[in-house]
Amino acid sequence: MVTAERVWEALAEIPDPEIPAVSLVDLGVVRAVTVEGDRVRVEFTPTFLGCPAVEVMCARMVERIKELGAEAEIDVAAEGWSSDRITPEGRRKLEESGFAPPAPGAAPSTLLQLQRIVSRCPYCGSEDTRLENLFGPTPCRSIRYCASCRQPFEQFKTL
Amino acid sequence: MSARELLALADDELILGWRNSEWTGIAPFLEEDVAFSSIAQTEIGHARAWYELAARQTERGNVDADALAFDRDPDEYRCAPLVETRLVPDWARTIARHWLYETADAIRIEALKASDDPEVAGLAEKIDREEAYHRMHADMWADRLRDEARFRSAVDELWPSALGLLEPGQRDRLCEILGREPVDPVERGEHTEELRPLWEEMTMVRRSVPGASW
Repeated sequence: MVTAERVWEALAEIPDPEIPAVSLVDLGVVRAVTVEGDRVRVEFTPTFLGCPAVEVMCARMVERIKELGAEAEIDVAAEGWSSDRITPEGRRKLEESGFAPPAPGAAPSTLLQLQRIVSRCPYCGSEDTRLENLFGPTPCRSIRYCASCRQPFEQFKTL
Repeated sequence: MSARELLALADDELILGWRNSEWTGIAPFLEEDVAFSSIAQTEIGHARAWYELAARQTERGNVDADALAFDRDPDEYRCAPLVETRLVPDWARTIARHWLYETADAIRIEALKASDDPEVAGLAEKIDREEAYHRMHADMWADRLRDEARFRSAVDELWPSALGLLEPGQRDRLCEILGREPVDPVERGEHTEELRPLWEEMTMVRRSVPGASW
């Protein structure tokens, strides 16, 4: 019989479709898991509402839970995710794979606040970096440039 | 909040997202190509979230976000004329609309965050944090083009439509923020001639292959 703990472990093995270095659990998109007999209910909250990976994430969770011998019901709640939901483990994995993790705390509401955020280059560790583009290849990322090692890098947006 | 009011929000975001996506591949430089494509994607994501909420409040069965987005006749859309116009390849007018829209939309979102309906308030709060990035981008561009004649005349041209995006009670606030005098607004309700060709393109796949998915 499947347990909530076993489901959490299984979901922690599903890579994010866009940034495979982190799992769905690392990203904090899984809010709760409830098990009743062979039925599993997962509360899921997407990072950005326009994230194109949402359907893929849901399909993979359903598949993975089926492999555990249970039937999944994914309850998607549009609101609630913030970048502070990324786990410490997730932040470490992001940095190791060349993504600056999001600055902690509340989302910036002005460009000035955003520019005051000190961001460390994930390659050389320098804090001499600047914002190149607020937007990046997916809604959750910005592009920055490191003046020290002259390497552009992606940063998870603070949301 | 009624399904009708939710549809106005959703339709604005969908149609604007569609128009913004027309810059994909042809924006003035690469960073803007990425920015406008990403903004378009986020707006369409917001449209989907509002449609989902509207679908749950609709009496008819089997209505989902896609059905609301693509299966209505053009006359049933509730978007404001501001978002309907195709502005490619005019960057000055595109930025003028982007800036006016984001500034007006912020007023509307602020009001929605205070809604009695917890679902509406919760969704508005999440959308607001995402939209902050659109506003930073729009403000940065408006600041950069502030003294350009083409940008200024585009703002003048679109100003009546920008007022029409908001409820009458919210318009004074927009005038105050932008330091502009009120004028007769172009109200929501009548569509421009540009909506139908956009609708035909946008709904083409759904209309040709019922139940198509990809």
